[in-house]
Amino acid sequence: MSVLVYTESENGKLKKNAAEVASYAYEVAQQMNTTATAVAINTEDSASIGDYGISKVLNVTAENLKPFNAKAYAHVLKQAADKEGAKVIILSSSTDAKYLAPILTALLKGGYVPNVVAAPESTSPFKVKRTVFSNKGFAHTELKSDIKIIGVSNNSFGNIENKTTANAEDFSPSLDENIFGTTSVDIDKVVGKATIADADIVVSGGRGLKGPENWGMIEELAEVLGAATACSKPVSDLGWRPHGEHVGQTGKPVATNLYIAIGISGAIQHLAGVSASKVKVVINSDPEAPFFKAADYGVVGDAFEVVPKLIEKLKEFKSQST
Amino acid sequence: MHSILKFNEYLSCDSKKTDLKKTIYMKILVCISNVPDTTSKINFTDGNSKFDTNGVQFVINPNDEFGLTRAMWFKEKQGATVHVATVGGPTTEPTIRKALAIGADEAIRVNAEPLDGFFVAEQLAAVIKDGAYDLVIAGRESIDYNGGMVPGILATLLDMNFVNSCISLEIEGDKATAVREIDGGKEKLTTTLPLVIGGQKGLVSESDLKIPNMRGIMMARQKKLHVVEPVDANSTTEDLTFDKPAPKGSIKMVDADNLDELINLLHNEAKVI
Ligand SMILES: Cc1cc2nc3c(=O)[nH]c(=O)nc-3n(C[C@H](O)[C@H](O)[C@H](O)COP(=O)(O)OP(=O)(O)OC[C@H]3O[C@@H](n4cnc5c(N)ncnc54)[C@H](O)[C@@H]3O)c2cc1C
Ligand SMILES: Nc1ncnc2c1ncn2[C@@H]1O[C@H](COP(=O)(O)O)[C@@H](O)[C@H]1O
Repeated sequence: MSVLVYTESENGKLKKNAAEVASYAYEVAQQMNTTATAVAINTEDSASIGDYGISKVLNVTAENLKPFNAKAYAHVLKQAADKEGAKVIILSSSTDAKYLAPILTALLKGGYVPNVVAAPESTSPFKVKRTVFSNKGFAHTELKSDIKIIGVSNNSFGNIENKTTANAEDFSPSLDENIFGTTSVDIDKVVGKATIADADIVVSGGRGLKGPENWGMIEELAEVLGAATACSKPVSDLGWRPHGEHVGQTGKPVATNLYIAIGISGAIQHLAGVSASKVKVVINSDPEAPFFKAADYGVVGDAFEVVPKLIEKLKEFKSQST
Repeated sequence: MHSILKFNEYLSCDSKKTDLKKTIYMKILVCISNVPDTTSKINFTDGNSKFDTNGVQFVINPNDEFGLTRAMWFKEKQGATVHVATVGGPTTEPTIRKALAIGADEAIRVNAEPLDGFFVAEQLAAVIKDGAYDLVIAGRESIDYNGGMVPGILATLLDMNFVNSCISLEIEGDKATAVREIDGGKEKLTTTLPLVIGGQKGLVSESDLKIPNMRGIMMARQKKLHVVEPVDANSTTEDLTFDKPAPKGSIKMVDADNLDELINLLHNEAKVI
């Protein structure tokens, strides 16, 4: 009857979001008077998830599960849920988790609620709070099905330590070759750089930066802060930056601790996608830019003067604080 | 699914694939969800239990618009019949008429309020079984409830292959090459028809999006819009109430000549650096 959580990994190591989903699973388990079990696929350091209240880990080690395959992973989780008799399954909001969640939902004939931002309001009936209308509203949603699948919104619940020992158990699901359905032929991914999905800080540039040649200072600012870079929609439409950096209602959602918007006007579609970020800083030359109404801190000024100065000041600050 | 199987068997056992491509057209279904325009003010009514549609303009879900445009590309370049389907009441008809005006050949409306993603997927699965589609193009998510679950559930119910967050799709015979977005990059996948994709921006370029012209709008009036009744299905989730985010507290302005203050605020007050 335990609560099941899928802890994602990359190159054999738990991903950053594993701690948050584990913390969430432990909270749900507490509410339901049971324990939380993690499923870790090809993960060497899965035992460390015990730090977040997980008392058991099902370790799956299989060559054919490298790289990620949504359908196969959904089958792994289904079999794990069957084995554990789990009625509640916790997933993250990563692109991979959002890919496999509906497959798992259909396999288990369950209910799935994504974008959940808080611990369940009650577990019987099972009610959660999630964002809707691209962060312009919240819904309080009841899961009526026997099996409940929850997608936890990035950075919404936090990492909560509860040190226990995660008892490791090997788990070998049976996976027929023909269930994979798709074959990965190439992965093109930036390495060693924070991504919009998992960064604590995102530095984002808009059309106010005039052209792609001016992104050097955006990248430098991001580097000083250990941040990911992002952009507004027109910037990617114009080809100044790759599409993967486009954030907003029709792009990637951003839910970081700090979002710095430079030369971005703050159109409603942009704000919808980034408003889940905890703290927003706006740098814009126009004091009337709508973004100032939606931000926490603002600087009115020319980005080409403000940003280089900010980089210098931050470098000083970083060198003092380390 | 009869004709899909025939189509696939035909291609895999025949060497003259190129000839066949000319004669056998793909059948594509584009799933369209009817959503509030991106500039809509979001309000709730009836004791916060319902979305307030008052004064809201409804449009084709942006992710579906990319998918529809890609479907038109297949139709023009490789030959395909393109149908669109929506699950919704009569008020959704202007939105599907727009899809017909953009160039879809026929439309299907399942006459039911979309209760939740599972319910909608069951309805669309029935439509797809009936129509024997080779390719189903849905969107990564609807921008209203942001569920992102219809295409994946649908694909699984029908045992069709599935690629989500799809930003590029090429089809050759019964083989498909797709690119999906991943966190921090992209992944190229190969798969086979019948296939469901959850599409998004990137599937076609922004400048290829079509605005219906007068001729398209006139032609759309002649096209078939089938209204079908829903199949029996349950919803597994229910939105009980809604609320809106608390209004933002006032912003703190920092002088451009005093960036030390900004760093101080971010470090000591907001505690984010
Ligand atoms: C269906 C639909 C979906 C959309 N989805 C999205 C989405 O997901 N994401 C998104 O971002 N947009 C989206 N948009 C577009 C959105 O409406 C805006 O057009 C867009 O966000 C504007 O981008 P921007 O702020 O970079 O450019 P602009 O609106 O041109 O703003 C540039 C800003 O830079 C400032 N500026 C100029 N020079 C300087 C300088 N030297 N220093 C500092 N500041 C300067 C200006 O004052 C201005 O505020 C969507 C639109 C539609 C219709
Ligand atoms: N009511 C509906 N009718 C037809 N297609 C839908 C409907 N709802 C969702 N879809 C399709 O499923 C995709 C994902 O929607 P959702 O799961 O609601 O986020 C949409 O982009 C549509 O392609």
